[in-house]
Amino acid sequence: MSENQNQNPEGEEMTTQAAASSSLASISSENLGKRAPGTKPLGAGLEARGVHAWFGKHHALANVSLDFSAGTVTALIGPSGCGKSTFIRTLNRMHEFIPSAAMAGEVLLDGKDVYAAGTDVTKIRLQIGMVFQKPNPFPSMTIGENVLSGIKLAQLKVENKDDLLEECLVRAGLWKEVKDRLGAHAGGLSGGQQQRLCIARSLAVKPKVLLMDEPCSALDPGSTLRIEDTINELSSSMTIIIVTHNMQQAARVSDYTAFFLSEGGPGQMIEVAPTSEIFSRPRDKRTENYVSGRFG
Amino acid sequence: MSTTLEAGQIPAPRELTTKHRRSDTIFRGVVTGFGMTALLILTLIGLFLSFRGIQTLHTQGFGFLTRSNWDVVQGDSGATYNLGVGAMLFGTVLISIVALVIGVPLSVALALFLTFYAPARVKTFLVSVVDLMAAFPSVLFGLWGFFVLMPLATYWAKIIFKYLNWIPLFDAPQYFFERSPFIAGLVLAIMIIPIVTSVAREVFAQTPLDRIQAAYALGATKWGVIKTVVFPFGSSGLIGGAMLGLGRAFGETVAVYSVLNIVFKVNFHVLYGSGGNVASMIIQKWGESTADETTALLAAGFILFLLTLLVNLGANFIVRNTLKSGK
Repeated sequence: MSENQNQNPEGEEMTTQAAASSSLASISSENLGKRAPGTKPLGAGLEARGVHAWFGKHHALANVSLDFSAGTVTALIGPSGCGKSTFIRTLNRMHEFIPSAAMAGEVLLDGKDVYAAGTDVTKIRLQIGMVFQKPNPFPSMTIGENVLSGIKLAQLKVENKDDLLEECLVRAGLWKEVKDRLGAHAGGLSGGQQQRLCIARSLAVKPKVLLMDEPCSALDPGSTLRIEDTINELSSSMTIIIVTHNMQQAARVSDYTAFFLSEGGPGQMIEVAPTSEIFSRPRDKRTENYVSGRFG
Repeated sequence: MSTTLEAGQIPAPRELTTKHRRSDTIFRGVVTGFGMTALLILTLIGLFLSFRGIQTLHTQGFGFLTRSNWDVVQGDSGATYNLGVGAMLFGTVLISIVALVIGVPLSVALALFLTFYAPARVKTFLVSVVDLMAAFPSVLFGLWGFFVLMPLATYWAKIIFKYLNWIPLFDAPQYFFERSPFIAGLVLAIMIIPIVTSVAREVFAQTPLDRIQAAYALGATKWGVIKTVVFPFGSSGLIGGAMLGLGRAFGETVAVYSVLNIVFKVNFHVLYGSGGNVASMIIQKWGESTADETTALLAAGFILFLLTLLVNLGANFIVRNTLKSGK
């Protein structure tokens, strides 16, 4: 974790938001007061403002405001059912695939609301990539075709596909293992390799933000470490948001950590802070209980 | 039960048994019995047809399959027969292919609409309409085909002929386009839509959600998702569905009989009003056939039975092979 990444540059924005929100106001403003206000963000990142999510009548997520400045890695932790996955799925508009799903609030990418009327949702998802819990390469395609599938789907023009293919696989830490069998079917790879292939596939369309929904939960420890290396590698060039159940993982890869919790009602964001602070001196008692392993 | 084993000795696997309760035994027997009935009936029909038909195949020889005539000559020493179903077999396959070419794309489009585009209420309504189509009596399809579809289709056939007659398939020896294989194929296409659609719908609905989401997360449009994920996953199932449709098309009798001009001559010009169909031919000849002709009709039926069996085995083979490589 670099020094400047630990300073949240978006203090003012969040304070305004926090003041406007109800239940989280005190927590949010308290957290944000400790950051360095007035620092300029490193380029444009992603901002969630007062995000709510529903599945039918079930209120799954209430009033989450979070800032993800460019080039940072943010881990979302919390027990199952607290709305972490729901939250990141609202960020790239994957939430709306579930019938009866609804949301409120704003998600700003480059300062523009991704839910604004007249937005082409496919363009949003090109800029906000996603890696899923279970590796899901396209089994009918070869390894090479998988990496370039996003290019083909979005009909993007690429000058040199071979270069792009190699670049993405190198960045995903998979190049050495597959460079001699790019024409083989993706189904023959191990789970960890498949997941890195999925990461390479997401990278090919050059997203600005990468969402990772428990990317290592189906993998063995060795593969998990490789993916964490990949995340560290990638964090210099993009904003990464990772949902994880593994607190050691959150500590290893992230600059910031946000703790989500549902206390019977909808999931809420309890606390966000630089990762070292969340694990060493959390402000909220509930966070402390969770990170110290007392529940969840 | 314990036996002492010497060190390193591997025991023989034990036989795993259980004592069935009587109720379970009875139920098992009943279910097995009824389950086997389907197989039994099919086998008996096959045997019946082959026993009755074998005589014809014996007297007419292999030429029964290839010749295209149905001549009964009354002589002094009784009638001599010169029978062959070549044109009928050819016609059956031709019409069925026309039906598939028209019906499968329609069914796939309908299934895609129902699975991925239709609002829930429209979907429920349309699904029951399609199911109703399956239950619709085929004679009504035939009548409708004769009175409504044929005048229209004849008009279309003339247009196709006018512009595409340089393709041998769309050429015609005479300017006669009514009761053609094309029109019979159209009627059949409509009749296979329910079965092909429901198989396609089933297959599309089983597309793994994680792959669909993966494609969407890469910025795919709906069409992109269908092309990259749904079709590769569903291709083998679609082939199976199309083959089921083919099976239905092979055997369809009354509807085809109403709209097809049955002529004992091989004709591959689909627009030209002359065609063949084994099942319809049997219907046509049945009433006025002599005993020997009846046997020949049963032989024709046996061949149709084998053809259908072959197509279904082929479908199974294709589906299994694609399953192995595709998933």
